[in-house]
Amino acid sequence: MTNSPVLKVENLQTRFKSVQRGKFIHAVDDVSIELYPGEIVGLVGESGCGKSTLGRTIVGLEKASAGRVLLDGVDLSTLSGAALRKSRRALQYVFQDPYSCLNDRQTVGEAIDEALLIDGRSSQDERDRRTKELLDQVGLANAVKDRHTRELSGGQRQRVAIARSLAVNPRVLICDEPVSALDLSIRAQVMNLFLRLQKDLGVACLFIAHDLALVRQAASRVYVMYLGKIVEQGPSQELYDHPSHPYSQMLLASVPEVDPRVEKLRNGPLLVGEVPSPTNPPSGCRFRTRCPLAVESCSRKMPAAHGLSFGHSAACLFAPELHEGRRSALH
Amino acid sequence: MHDEPLLNVSNLTVNLLTAKSAVRPVDGVSYSVRQGECLAIVGESGSGKTVMNFAPLGLMPTGVTTILSGSVKLEGRELIGLPEAEIQKLRGKSVGFIFQDPMSALNPVRRIGRQIAEMAELHLTMTPRAAEARALELVKLVGISDPAARLRQYPHELSGGLRQRIVIAIALAGEPKLLIADEPTTALDVTVQAQILRLLKDVQRRLNMGMVLITHDMGVVAGAADNIVVMYAARAAECGPVDKVLVNPRHPYTKGLINAIPRKEDPIGSEFRGLPGVPPTLGAPIRGCAFAPRCELAVATCSRNRPPMVPTGDGNVSVACPVVNQGKAAA
Repeated sequence: MTNSPVLKVENLQTRFKSVQRGKFIHAVDDVSIELYPGEIVGLVGESGCGKSTLGRTIVGLEKASAGRVLLDGVDLSTLSGAALRKSRRALQYVFQDPYSCLNDRQTVGEAIDEALLIDGRSSQDERDRRTKELLDQVGLANAVKDRHTRELSGGQRQRVAIARSLAVNPRVLICDEPVSALDLSIRAQVMNLFLRLQKDLGVACLFIAHDLALVRQAASRVYVMYLGKIVEQGPSQELYDHPSHPYSQMLLASVPEVDPRVEKLRNGPLLVGEVPSPTNPPSGCRFRTRCPLAVESCSRKMPAAHGLSFGHSAACLFAPELHEGRRSALH
Repeated sequence: MHDEPLLNVSNLTVNLLTAKSAVRPVDGVSYSVRQGECLAIVGESGSGKTVMNFAPLGLMPTGVTTILSGSVKLEGRELIGLPEAEIQKLRGKSVGFIFQDPMSALNPVRRIGRQIAEMAELHLTMTPRAAEARALELVKLVGISDPAARLRQYPHELSGGLRQRIVIAIALAGEPKLLIADEPTTALDVTVQAQILRLLKDVQRRLNMGMVLITHDMGVVAGAADNIVVMYAARAAECGPVDKVLVNPRHPYTKGLINAIPRKEDPIGSEFRGLPGVPPTLGAPIRGCAFAPRCELAVATCSRNRPPMVPTGDGNVSVACPVVNQGKAAA
């Protein structure tokens, strides 16, 4: 494993024009993240926190208003034309809904073939060979290639979508809720596919999800996002064991337990309300309007990220106390 | 406690006929709900959990011929064979509905207050003024801040969680005896999900209603439900009290589903546990056990005869699996 990140996002900002004239929605606000080769990194947060916009901005589906996206140290905004297209191929996106991301009129073979053509493979023989190889990698039988994508189940479609993104030999996959549209019994199969791809091909994955338990098991590191900002980041085990931002604590505490004996004992305070509008975010710390620990100074200035342990940091005044368990947002 | 359950479904079978095909999404399912009790119906997409609850109340798409057999008794009154005009009187009055997507369940061009009041006017024959007062009461009941102002707003002005609270208020407006909630938290964030589940549980207890909670998420069951029915491919696989079924699942499918949920103890980067194979597509009724092709316990008889629901002798738990039941008899 090399020590330089394959993907580096620096102070990225994405804003949209609001319907209110002259106002902007800061969907992603000054976000920096890193992805190392062969690593699965989780990005969690409530809907509307900007996690999908961040993913879309990284691959270029949205335009960044400030900041840089570096792929292997090269700033994508300095590239254009063929060089940009080539770099973009190294960054692939797996969408949430496997029903709308494939063309119903194509066969599986055609869908993958198209991606290979774009990658500049002109020989039909080579493309056929590669299609077979890709189907094999995602765990589909070669016979599937003659079937229309509309004939496939959700799990199979998601595998085809993954095969398409792998066709161009990406270095980084941005996976936006890739299993949330799938049935529970199928989810594990697709998740295991991601784990295998990461091991076998060394593809780095940014795994955007709201299912915290799923992210914990798959990702080695996790970023927690709230209203356009990263509020906490750290190695999964460390972050899940010692969440040190009040938001992370409350988010983790809201996951229901399956065992009724445990669930009945779980009676912590709920995170009240919902994410405020990003058009008019609260001043200072953005979480302060829902935070049980908020004090007067939280409204003045966005708290800086406190380093807590190796790779673990949280942007809260009380982060060190929360980390050591001397304070908690939960009681 | 009443002897007669509020809702008693026995051996319900639903056949759907369209111009092109005939399917049986519900095949001989029995269950009952008493007053003040919550029953969770858990199953994957296509397992028939929604059709089972909606078809007897006439909530089916047009262009489909629905043929019902078996018996569905609401407060001792048989619903199957009842003319549509009579069933219409029950919908919204004796039975309240909560749907998955709160945005499409609300009328986008009418104010919240009117939409709630309308139900009270229709079902409780209130004057418009009295109904408006009732709407205000209901909005308070579902825990919305600044209720008077909310009544004048339109659905698009509210967040997802608030919209779902409005849908709950509408469902409660007719003073129903039974509440049918179809995936009420699926479209919501985990933090808002916890709030809505607590609210549902709270109003159900306070108004002493029966509730049917339809879900695909085992996680929401433990905190909300008293009893559970696990559906697989149009049939019930296992049913019983939540404390028993979730703690000690017996049917191989229930076991697999619960086992597939990631746990805190699972090492990071470890394989996800799941079920092999895919659920069968709806079509002709399956001769043997529908789960047999994916089941590790399956024996030859499994694919020949449909396993009956057999009481296990452990506190009202019944299981439709010959292998499990035989083991019980031998032990």
